[in-house]
Amino acid sequence: MVDKVLTANRLSDGISVWLDASGNWVESLQQAFIARHAEAVTALEATGKLAFDDNKVVDANVVDVEEVNGTLRPVRMRERIRAEGPSIPYAAGYNGLAGPNFAA
Amino acid sequence: MYRYDEFDHAFVSSRVEQFRDQVERRLSGELAEDAFKPLRLMNGVYLQLHAYMLRVAIPYGTLSSRQMRMLAHIARKYDRGYGHFTTRQNIQYNWPRLSDTPDILDELASVEMHALQTSGNCIRNVTADHFAGAAADEVADPRPYAEILRQWSSVHPEFSFLPRKFKIAVTGAERDRAAIQVHDIGLHLKKDDNGRIGFAVYVGGGQGRTPMIAKKIRDFLPEEDLLSYTTAIMRVYNLHGRRDNKYKARIKILVHETGAEELSRQVEVEFAALKDTELKLPEADIQAISTYFAPPALAPRAEGWESLARWKKTDPEFSRWVHQNVQPHKHPDYGMVTISLKPIGGIPGDATDAQMEAVADIAEEYAFDEIRVSHEQNLILPHVALADLEPIYRALVVAGLATANAGLITDIIACPGLDYCALANARSIPVAQEISTRFGAPERQAEIGELKIKISGCINACGHHHVGHIGLLGVEKKGAELYQITLGGSGDENTSIGEIIGRGFEPEKVTDAIETIVDTYLGLRNDKSETFLEAYRRVGPQPFKDALYGGSAQEAA
Repeated sequence: MVDKVLTANRLSDGISVWLDASGNWVESLQQAFIARHAEAVTALEATGKLAFDDNKVVDANVVDVEEVNGTLRPVRMRERIRAEGPSIPYAAGYNGLAGPNFAA
Repeated sequence: MYRYDEFDHAFVSSRVEQFRDQVERRLSGELAEDAFKPLRLMNGVYLQLHAYMLRVAIPYGTLSSRQMRMLAHIARKYDRGYGHFTTRQNIQYNWPRLSDTPDILDELASVEMHALQTSGNCIRNVTADHFAGAAADEVADPRPYAEILRQWSSVHPEFSFLPRKFKIAVTGAERDRAAIQVHDIGLHLKKDDNGRIGFAVYVGGGQGRTPMIAKKIRDFLPEEDLLSYTTAIMRVYNLHGRRDNKYKARIKILVHETGAEELSRQVEVEFAALKDTELKLPEADIQAISTYFAPPALAPRAEGWESLARWKKTDPEFSRWVHQNVQPHKHPDYGMVTISLKPIGGIPGDATDAQMEAVADIAEEYAFDEIRVSHEQNLILPHVALADLEPIYRALVVAGLATANAGLITDIIACPGLDYCALANARSIPVAQEISTRFGAPERQAEIGELKIKISGCINACGHHHVGHIGLLGVEKKGAELYQITLGGSGDENTSIGEIIGRGFEPEKVTDAIETIVDTYLGLRNDKSETFLEAYRRVGPQPFKDALYGGSAQEAA
């Protein structure tokens, strides 16, 4: 089974967040709890629905990830860009969170 | 420019307070997302990949310095120090907090701005020629009519829940700089043989997944009938436009399925019933609105001719900028300045708060306090004395805004693409940056001449790729980005939809493909005066297919 994580956007500011192992929504994919079997995925989906119903987050989704050299990497490009920020330097102090080695 | 009256102020303020209450109830959990989403969209608040996005309306792309300073202030205080000017002459902020949006809208209201009707199935921001009121070739200023349409369409109860969104564009010259034939309604302001003002009316144009060129259903509509005729069109669309399939819900599909002749007949029936009602525009009302758009008193500044010639001789870069970015004004001592938001290798349409402040300062000091946003994602100073071009240029250089590329290959339109947009399938910005860098040398751009590249990161075509001389559409194929190239599109008075040239290109190959197309053009043009579009229309796609795919039919399929 492909590894999965739960992601969403925080209600108050819309920033992309991931669910960690303690049940907190964190801003880094690298701290996300990884579901490696079907029961864990079901639990993630339920947690996402609950957080949405509780008005903590919006647009909650379980997404596929893989581990590359010890680093979590979403399988879909859309999710990689969500996780790493725009792939370009876009403002002073925001030099493209993906950095020069953003892997398309 | 138009100034709010008491009604406008009260209306916008009440909407801000209404939205503040809605946001508070959403954050407290009293309102669920399903109930809140349409409310936030009505106020221009989207949810994108990384954060919320706020789209602020800039009616017909016209701004004062005070308003531009407010846009800068919002970028600085509530966002990450920049904003993105769009192909709808609006501005988008990419990182606002939902909890801040009522305060942002409150601040916007203080300078007579808002975000209403920048989303949803309603009549959106009415766009117009960015050179309105200044262009030498203009018959009449389209903005008074755009403003009349704005007032009429704002929270219009009958047209707030249309089958789909609805976009109206107005131009006032034969040269169409507002791309009216790819809008739901396009209005071409003109005079009849008796000197009366009116409009040629186009209906059913659009881009997106089904690009269509609008059909002209009226050659001359007298100005007093603008609202009654537009209402007639909207009624026919509201009644017969499809609501069962969002991909077939735009009026272009209705026009296509009904036929322009039959649709025109239906509109005329509605119009006959509306023509002499309260929708008929009184001459006094047209005059009253027009006075808001009276041109500034332009004093003779004939000394500018001599100074300009002298400066151009001593500074080739200034000379290049004047040649490329300054267009003739209706007053011979003045020009219209395009401030390029396309620095070589930069992000098309983005401007920092400091750049917005700089433009506001320049407009205030030298350009009668008027700024425009073009649908090509640049800023315009519509009234500039030739005598003031040199100090303006110096100030733009300091602000990083003096790129001399208006209308050239690096003046690329690009949507935010997958770097920001939740709908996108592929990135647009890095592709634009790479092409811009490849062709950035001024001599090379000048050699290539007028060439409009337009890039969209999905089929919704916010980057207008269908009407790019070279269009790029980003798609996702097997989990990777792929760019489909179209050639021969144009969004002017001779509008055409670009033709797909063959199979798509991977991101690392797309700039090479563009270079092959450009080199092919340079090799086959009759002479330097034949533009890319003219050459393409003369020779067709085959030479470009041969160059890109080696003439293999299979490759080009």
